[in-house]
Amino acid sequence: MKNELVWLQGSLLAELDVARLRQDFPILGRHVQGRPLVYLDNAATSQKPRQVIDCEARYYAETNANIHRGLHRLSQEATDAFEAARAKVQRFINAARGEEIVFVRGTTEAINLVAASYGQRLGPGDEILITEMEHHSNIVPWQLLCQRSGAVLRVAPINDAGELLLPTYTLMLGPRTRIVALAHVSNALGTINPVRQLIDIAHEHGAVVLVDGAQAAPHLKVDVQALDCDFYAFSGHKLYGPTGIGVLYGKAALLDAMPPWQGGGDMIRQVSFAGTTYNDLPYKFEAGTPNIAGGIALGAAIDYLAGLGIDAVAAHEQELLAYATDLAAETPGLRLIGTAAHKCGILSFVVDGVHAHDVGTILDGEGVAVRSGHHCAMPVMEHFGVAATVRASFALYNTRREVDALFAALARVREVFA
Amino acid sequence: MTSDLRDLYQELVIDHGRRPRNFGRLTQANHRAEGYNPLCGDRLTLYLKLAGDVIEDASFEGAGCAISTASASLMTEALKGKTAAQAEALFAGFHALVTGAAPDAAAAPLGKLAVLGGVREFPARVKCATLAWHTLHAALHDAAQPVSTE
Repeated sequence: MKNELVWLQGSLLAELDVARLRQDFPILGRHVQGRPLVYLDNAATSQKPRQVIDCEARYYAETNANIHRGLHRLSQEATDAFEAARAKVQRFINAARGEEIVFVRGTTEAINLVAASYGQRLGPGDEILITEMEHHSNIVPWQLLCQRSGAVLRVAPINDAGELLLPTYTLMLGPRTRIVALAHVSNALGTINPVRQLIDIAHEHGAVVLVDGAQAAPHLKVDVQALDCDFYAFSGHKLYGPTGIGVLYGKAALLDAMPPWQGGGDMIRQVSFAGTTYNDLPYKFEAGTPNIAGGIALGAAIDYLAGLGIDAVAAHEQELLAYATDLAAETPGLRLIGTAAHKCGILSFVVDGVHAHDVGTILDGEGVAVRSGHHCAMPVMEHFGVAATVRASFALYNTRREVDALFAALARVREVFA
Repeated sequence: MTSDLRDLYQELVIDHGRRPRNFGRLTQANHRAEGYNPLCGDRLTLYLKLAGDVIEDASFEGAGCAISTASASLMTEALKGKTAAQAEALFAGFHALVTGAAPDAAAAPLGKLAVLGGVREFPARVKCATLAWHTLHAALHDAAQPVSTE
């Protein structure tokens, strides 16, 4: 009941009270190099509110026990809390059923699970279609699957704004396309893909679709039933939750037909040396003791985000992106990498004549934390002919003043390299 | 700006980063190696012309950050006329300098290379400063595979 109220409240709030909610994030009080921390590396990982930190600490202080096995009180409480977190995830992405939510280590593991398990039905000549803007974690598992199965990996290209070329994507789908795997939001460019449309087109060709939602779930409303995606993967740590916990959503009928991935405890019904039968969903895919504390704390992170209202968060981040994009346009020698019409709060750029790593080091000296590098998307770097970019990425607690600090620090870069 | 940053990006470093010396392919090279830093994507090819044991000429080409480019530029200047053994000894001294393993006094025989001493306050950038030197080691030993900092 209490949770219902929190969720309802969130949907009514129009605007974030950022000054107040920043108080929830202890780390934002830190200083770096004698300056207040300006944390703009949220696409790598987000900071955690006290509600999440306390939830995890409280679990270990008061409840810690193994789940799904013990008959004792603590084990019951731990199991209930873990399963309650699963229900929160289910509601957060509007999955039809709780057993469609598989807890994994993160997005990477979720994609590897699908490639390893669903991938067993692929053979020579079958095709897997990805896009040019994928993170390495949505490229390499499919390359490995192709090596194992003889399937062929195809790559749908992007334009120079960083948008998927829809007509080419459509043409690249064919009767041999078995799996389409694509990012909901590009981590290197910020592009929001029209996933609903892309999924519909893929389904017309009989392919199943996995959506890498690592950069989307923390920043925009995800409704897996409305999307009609077959698999959806995301990580807890980018969503204000702990590291080492993530989610694979899969349609029950697909998960049910898939062979287990890892063998061990919890995923079995009965084991004998003559043969073993497997547990029901989702436990069939959750061998061994899971990250119990992480799962429960992810539930707390979802409560926190839902309490604020994901639409209010999205609106705030869009406002920051628009503000930063305007400042970028006024900054001499700065070139944006990724200028799609629909973007999340990711500002990727290069500075004329200055390597991204030198920019990153100087910004750090000003207390501004950004990411410099290829962002695990080397094909994207190749498309734009750059070795690396600087990436500032926004979260619900960032402010206009912090965007100002970023651009003030960029002025320092020009001073050093004048 | 912090004094650490000023130490890192000294004028000489910025200058060699922007206008690297000995930049380009060395046509008479008889040793070469490729270096790669997967973390930041820096790549360089190092060319050496050895006469017997003596490095007569050195050059490099590639793309990288200011630190790695300046380091390669200063290194190729320092190598000319050195024996392979002297070059390796220089690497050892340089490595100690940028990792903070040696006090400043030990930097004296390094000459201009000492300008990169500021790197010691930036552990994440040590690989940028040492990429050229690891590549030198590979070139002297004619390693077939590109040397990687990872």
